[in-house]
Amino acid sequence: MSDLIRRTAAELADALSAGETTSVELTEVYLDRIAAVDGDVHAFLHVDAEGALAQAGASDERRAAGKTAGPLDGVPIAVKDVLTTKGLPTTCGSRILEGWVPPYDATLVTRLREAGLPILGKTNMDEFAMGSSTEHSAYGPTRNPWDLDRIPGGSGGGSAAAVAAFEAPLAIGTDTGGSIRQPGAVTGTVGVKPTYGGVSRYGLVALANSLDQAGPVTRTILDSALLHEVIGGHDPLDSTSIDQPVPPLVEAARQGAAGDMKGLRVGVVRELTGEGYQPGVQARFDESVQLLVDAGAEVVEVSCPSFVHALAAYYLILPSEASSNLAKFDAMRYGLRVYPEGVEDPNAEEVMRATRDAGFGDEVKRRIILGTYALSSGYYDAYYGQAQKVRTLISRDFAAAFESADVLVSPTAPTTAFKLGEKLDDPVAMYLNDIATIPANLAGVPGLSLPSGLADEDGLPTGFQILAPAMADDRLYRVGAALEAALLDRWGVPLLDKAPALAGAARKEAVR
Amino acid sequence: MTAAPALMSFEEALERFDPVMGLEVHVELNTVTKMFCGCPTEFGAEPNTQVCPTCLGLPGAMPVVNEKAVESAIRIGLALNCSIAPWCRFARKNYFYPDMPKNFQTSQYDEPIAFDGWTEVEVDGETFRVEIERAHMEEDTGKSLHVGTSGRIHGADYSLVDYNRAGIPLIEIVTKPITGTGDKAPLVAKAYVAHLRELLLGLGVSDVRMEQGSLRCDVNLSLKPAGEERFGTRTETKNVNSLRSVERAVRYEIGRQAARLAEGESIVQETRHWHEDTGITTSGREKSDAEDYRYFPEPDLVPIAPADSWVEDLRATLPEPPREHRARLQKEWGFSDLEMRDTVGAGALLLVEQTVAAGATPATARKWWLSDMARRANERGVDLADLGVSPADVARVQELVDEGKINDKLARQVFDGVLAGEGTPDEVVATRGLAVVSDEGALSEAVDRAIAANPEVADKIRDGKVAAAGALIGAVMTEMRGQADAARVRELILQKLS
Amino acid sequence: MPDITREEVAHLADLARIDLSDAELDHLAPQLAVILDSIKSISEVAADDIPPTSHPMPLTNVFREDVQRPGLTAEEALAGAPEVEQQRFAVPHILGEE
Repeated sequence: MSDLIRRTAAELADALSAGETTSVELTEVYLDRIAAVDGDVHAFLHVDAEGALAQAGASDERRAAGKTAGPLDGVPIAVKDVLTTKGLPTTCGSRILEGWVPPYDATLVTRLREAGLPILGKTNMDEFAMGSSTEHSAYGPTRNPWDLDRIPGGSGGGSAAAVAAFEAPLAIGTDTGGSIRQPGAVTGTVGVKPTYGGVSRYGLVALANSLDQAGPVTRTILDSALLHEVIGGHDPLDSTSIDQPVPPLVEAARQGAAGDMKGLRVGVVRELTGEGYQPGVQARFDESVQLLVDAGAEVVEVSCPSFVHALAAYYLILPSEASSNLAKFDAMRYGLRVYPEGVEDPNAEEVMRATRDAGFGDEVKRRIILGTYALSSGYYDAYYGQAQKVRTLISRDFAAAFESADVLVSPTAPTTAFKLGEKLDDPVAMYLNDIATIPANLAGVPGLSLPSGLADEDGLPTGFQILAPAMADDRLYRVGAALEAALLDRWGVPLLDKAPALAGAARKEAVR
Repeated sequence: MTAAPALMSFEEALERFDPVMGLEVHVELNTVTKMFCGCPTEFGAEPNTQVCPTCLGLPGAMPVVNEKAVESAIRIGLALNCSIAPWCRFARKNYFYPDMPKNFQTSQYDEPIAFDGWTEVEVDGETFRVEIERAHMEEDTGKSLHVGTSGRIHGADYSLVDYNRAGIPLIEIVTKPITGTGDKAPLVAKAYVAHLRELLLGLGVSDVRMEQGSLRCDVNLSLKPAGEERFGTRTETKNVNSLRSVERAVRYEIGRQAARLAEGESIVQETRHWHEDTGITTSGREKSDAEDYRYFPEPDLVPIAPADSWVEDLRATLPEPPREHRARLQKEWGFSDLEMRDTVGAGALLLVEQTVAAGATPATARKWWLSDMARRANERGVDLADLGVSPADVARVQELVDEGKINDKLARQVFDGVLAGEGTPDEVVATRGLAVVSDEGALSEAVDRAIAANPEVADKIRDGKVAAAGALIGAVMTEMRGQADAARVRELILQKLS
Repeated sequence: MPDITREEVAHLADLARIDLSDAELDHLAPQLAVILDSIKSISEVAADDIPPTSHPMPLTNVFREDVQRPGLTAEEALAGAPEVEQQRFAVPHILGEE
């Protein structure tokens, strides 16, 4: 494979600036890589070679004319299929939206285009972002590049696997309960969930509006910071968007990489470690904490007692909002329309029922029914209302914890990647994957996951999560970059270099 | 359709029962753009040309609140003496219907922007206080066109949906139960809606055109045995979209419910539909899940917390309250109490006001609206405002009369023409050739002929009995086929016989 | 908190306009019961005096001016429609009101 594809986005940007390569060349290299390995990985639902090359060409022309659209101009990117892209299919991993081509771009996509990033295609995901394994995609699962028999995490397994398998230098994910961070952890990549409201949700097909947040999926902390600065900031089309400047994230990442953590108070969340966490995951976590201490940080243990209720609150709030969001998929205006069998001259309601039965997968149906239940009169107070109160308690826990710590840390996911199919019919076991990532979504605070090594027992990647107060996303990058530098120092090579070569790629290389 | 149910006479029903009413009025605001997106709101555009991802409910699209709509809501609340919520949210009302793009309506549930108000309406000189429960913001739905044999939903083969109207801002104004109106109930209901219309127009927040659906009324009605405290079971009659229909629907439901109760049958709590053409209500299909709307706070919109200073600034923009407004107009116009009451009762106050503003005198404006126009509206079964003659038309016709270009008789023909769609009053005068004969020579000859043909009448006038001139004027007008200025004819007769 | 019955699941599916087959009901109802069981602890969190959180960030009064913004053309609006007639979305006949 070309050496270009192993470089970080920041390095590619430098290479473009130096005239060492062109955006068209880069885009072609990545399209070739996708062609070589995506048959095995299945990170993409749709590849837009023509569109990406056209955007790359435009980028090269800009650069030749001495005007670039920003630091990442010309660096290709993959976008999760939950964001609308004008003229490019957007399915959300669901049969019900098969073939839907949105007539508009999400604000985030507009910003990518304006910043000159060619869009390689749309990445696979659990249907409507419901899941932690990408097995709930209606178009087949994505496989983990570290072991093709294992899950790449979810719901954004496609974006994480694309980046881990060097099919794209950058990708966009969305995180409702961990869908950026948990796939990052199990694929050995970096993922950031910004502060709620930090990145526009306009054009993000909502799973749970009060929890969803889009963010960067990359191989390094600096790359995430660069991408975050492109997509972040106020959007008047999203009422929940924060009308304040994005803090200087790239600067924080560069500063952090220098490694001095003196004066930093790192809070280890008691409720997010220990029991239920795989030994190898816990061991890599403890080592990482020690590396931060070695860099000068002070470690404190904090307790967030309400976090034990976070999963329950999450699995009430999410299905409730989702059940309402997904009502619009009714076969009337766009998407699938299925006529019920054996019904002569069916009415609109019968067509809706038949379409929604045929168009939604099991997990979506489970959650719609759960949400419908939680919002029903008679149950609202006991379920949805109570979940919203727990949400307040969780926010208060965070506020108290951030009194004694600048950032909070935990393992990102309790286990390494499990085998495909292993938890498919055990929803509760599946939901437990998000136990450490969910609290941040409930409180709206930002979180980041970076690779912390490989678990001894299975040799698979583990993730380290950093959480910061709302609007203090820069802290994630500062601490993340420091830890990343310390780990790289220890490993000698980036973690992804230890991943097995993909057979498909080997075959393709052999042919060349 | 089932046979028309038995009705009890209105008089008997009112002897035995007290009606309790609740009125829900939906007002479309006249904002330039929709409630949650920047699409235009103009009426009558080509289908699906005033839509965007947000009002079409496309996946990913998000709402942003129109500030002008919130201002209008607050001003309506203040004009109805409501408290303005210091903090309130939008909520999703979840139910499936093809003309609703998201399959939930963004509305307000237990946190309306305005609540606990009151207003007063007058019927036959008696004042009724109507308590306002709430006024809240929501969005309109799209419009379905039913394609099929009957043009109605039942039996239609399919429907065609236009979403231009989807997302237009609505304010729903809900009264508390209105009791103690007795046999005035239908008139109070009508007067309340007319009053709201006047108030909303005064505020400038809506076009309040009932025939275009920018003001729509649902009538809740129940009966309780005379003297009893406990309310009976109510029905909700939808689609009552003219002042006349409000009155008729209340009257009909009183008669229908009274007949059922008198037979020992119970009233079914249900939605009923008003039929303008037949003047009856029919039962709507009951839905098992109709009541479970699964409301929850809209997560895509942040709470609204109007600052006191904002509310006070808006209060300062309110026009004078209707009662003061009427008192001022009565004084300015020099109307007697009875004339004023008749004007208000006929729903003509605003029309007279606009006609005066267009240049007519108050007396002539009232004359046209309360006699000729009222008769025409009654014949057609429409509200005065929906007749199809504008205040400007009336003022112009009166101006033509004052200028001697036409007389009252011709003026009525001008209105015939305006109503027949023949154009403006001036265009009707031109195309129908309605101008009075102003050829002095022709007129003078006609007067001479009339005098010659009626020597005894002429003698009477010569003797000073001027009133007798009427007979000669009549003769001249007959000869001129009405197209003469009667005042000029009279002048000529008196000149010639003095 | 009561356990969820098969009948209840059928009713909820009806409310949510999903035509579940008997086999699907057999499959999903027990799973939903397990999920509900795992989250029922939430009702035991004593939180009577705790205000509910509907929005994670405490923003208020986010408005836009009453100014038009370009929308979609009718062609764009109708492009994804299963059926179109007379520049409108053609949908099966609607039951309900007359």
